[in-house]
Amino acid sequence: MSILTFKGGIHPFEGKELSKDLPIKPFSPKGELVFPLSQHIGAPAKPIVEVGERVLKGQKIAETGGFVSANIHASVSGTVKAIEPRLTLAGTKVMSIVIENDEQNEEFVPDIPEGGSLLENFTKKNIIEMIKECGIVGMGGAGFPTHVKLSPKDPDAIEYIIVNGAECEPYLTSDYRRLMETPQKIVEGLKIMLLLFDNAKGIIAIEDNKKDAIAKVKELIKDEPNICVKKLFTKYPQGGERALIYATTGRSINSTMLPSDVGCIVNNIDTVTAIYEAVANQKPLTSRIVTVTGDAISTPQNFEVPIGSNQGDLIEAAGGLTKECEKIISGGPMMGTAMFDLNVPIVKTSSAILCNSKDKVKEAESLQTNCINCGRCVSVCPGRVVPSRLAEFANHGDKESFEKYHGMECCECGCCSYVCPAKRNLTQAIKSMRKDILADRKKGGK
Amino acid sequence: MANYNVSSNPHDRDSITTAEIMLNVIIALLPATVFGVYNFGMRALAVIIVTIVSCVLTEFLYEKGMKKKVTVSDFSAVLTGLLLALNLPPTIPFWMAAMGGIFAILVVKQLFGGLGQNFMNPALGARCFLLVSFAKYMTDFSYDGVSGPTPLAVLKKGGNFDLYKMFLGSHAGTIGETSAVCLLIGGLYLIIFKLIDIRIPLTYLASFAVFILLFGGKGFDLTYLGQQMCGGGLLLGAFFMATDYVTSPITKKGRIVFGVILGFLTAILRVYGAGAEGVSYAIIISNILVPLIEKVTQPTAFGWEGKK
Repeated sequence: MSILTFKGGIHPFEGKELSKDLPIKPFSPKGELVFPLSQHIGAPAKPIVEVGERVLKGQKIAETGGFVSANIHASVSGTVKAIEPRLTLAGTKVMSIVIENDEQNEEFVPDIPEGGSLLENFTKKNIIEMIKECGIVGMGGAGFPTHVKLSPKDPDAIEYIIVNGAECEPYLTSDYRRLMETPQKIVEGLKIMLLLFDNAKGIIAIEDNKKDAIAKVKELIKDEPNICVKKLFTKYPQGGERALIYATTGRSINSTMLPSDVGCIVNNIDTVTAIYEAVANQKPLTSRIVTVTGDAISTPQNFEVPIGSNQGDLIEAAGGLTKECEKIISGGPMMGTAMFDLNVPIVKTSSAILCNSKDKVKEAESLQTNCINCGRCVSVCPGRVVPSRLAEFANHGDKESFEKYHGMECCECGCCSYVCPAKRNLTQAIKSMRKDILADRKKGGK
Repeated sequence: MANYNVSSNPHDRDSITTAEIMLNVIIALLPATVFGVYNFGMRALAVIIVTIVSCVLTEFLYEKGMKKKVTVSDFSAVLTGLLLALNLPPTIPFWMAAMGGIFAILVVKQLFGGLGQNFMNPALGARCFLLVSFAKYMTDFSYDGVSGPTPLAVLKKGGNFDLYKMFLGSHAGTIGETSAVCLLIGGLYLIIFKLIDIRIPLTYLASFAVFILLFGGKGFDLTYLGQQMCGGGLLLGAFFMATDYVTSPITKKGRIVFGVILGFLTAILRVYGAGAEGVSYAIIISNILVPLIEKVTQPTAFGWEGKK
């Protein structure tokens, strides 16, 4: 099997050894759980419970607030304590439903008509309806509602359903554990998606640092003519949507296109597992795998965490921090968000908590020099732009040149900042400029 | 609440630094430097020390005086000083060498904004400044105490020079340019450790060779080509000066265009010029073309191939 990849990219320290062989352990939250109404791309969900009401595990507590939006379900049983703004990862307060956990874990029994749960009785519409009902969003990080993604304009034009098992982000092992422990759910989840698209083939793409996972999935799909496994070269950002589509199909999309424009739909491993649970078992999305890792954590773990759990509690569950810890990141080191307050909830897109004893960014500060024009950022850029120039335009507020030199093609992967010997914050500058321009476009109604 | 560092992602950084790159280029220059001292004696070493000290001191004093952050610890001034010395004849008066160092750092580098802002290679800028100011001293090459022409000058006058000797380097010339083998070792080091992009030296040398074979006036004479390749500052220029990050294009296509221009320009200057040498001027002229080259060689962004 050939090894597929894309042009550019980097090889940062992987750090997966810390947690890759640790089986998924359930995490039981205590006290209050917080469910932000906006933990997906699109309109915030609308609460359908009231303060003081008792809710059960799996019960819908907020429903879609628009076409692009997602339902939210309680992940434990308990009482709705408050509906109020609460601090979230991004550092802002977001309207949230707060549930006091009664630790009974009493399950909500959905009202399903006779035979309604049998997959063979499902129509395409049923499947999408079920995925929507269960509140599934892209769990790789973006949080785009899955039912919207699975409803492209022309379903017949979809040729590939790609399951993203690259997990190229360092330290993360949640997808790997899913692949090792319940690969059948992933294959079944993919088969469910294939039912939606008559002309599509399934691809499960995995980086070649997970050879055992590749072998496992291969064994499972040996009698599935419509599904294949593709081995990817281990390189960051191999799991980025554009890099992944290019590596597996040879097709390239730019920032103005959607994967469906080239006949592809990409879903992450956790999302596919959630699709399986939703359609086959009527289980809403109420938990996800979170890797708690880093050299400052005493016992790294892969937890199955109920959504809404407190991130700080999760660190405690992994044995807490060893004394010196400079930085705590929600997510991986490349795309994750640094936390200043651990008292924020796990949401549908939280993939990891990384605790580093040393902050490389701070170390790099004193080593910063002028740009020496070495071109390393150009070599690693998967978007094939010139990051050092774009950062210069961004720092000068030159929007016109920024757009002219394809600044909007940046996928914010962070490779340029990573390799820069002058330790310049290229990604950061480009990112804020992109945000500015996108805000302008929104204002201009474009 | 504990104090955790907060910054925008990415949170990881590669270990390589600007200083490390500069230091590595200095290491790559060591074979040629050591050979230069062996070839020309302790006076060559003294010239090297003079230029390095004058470069570092100029940078230090300027930045102190201007109340800027002192950046001598990034080794770029050391590198400029070393490169300048390697481009000077060993017999140059010390005060002249020191003046070259001051010119390189003060005029070419700092007045344009310091590291990364200069539009031409500081060492070559200084060499050309010295060449036009003190032509007599700059072109006075002596070897073993006897003043004599460089191999390139011999060739220019229609004479011949032992190619093997040129390859090893035991002949007259500037301190660092004589030994082709030492320069190749250094160049290989830079390429293997991915410190320079092979595109520039490769296209530079290839286009130079093509021009010499076609228009060198000697026909398809491989010995002559070898002499031209090993002679003068071509290898020093191709591996260490043309590849200077700051003054070469950042785009990949641009580097190819840059190399080709360099090759042709060097060959034109050598074949049709009054002097025997053309590398320094070819490089600084090409340095000036870099913004233009970059403008016309912007890469096509991913996903825009064949689209408007």
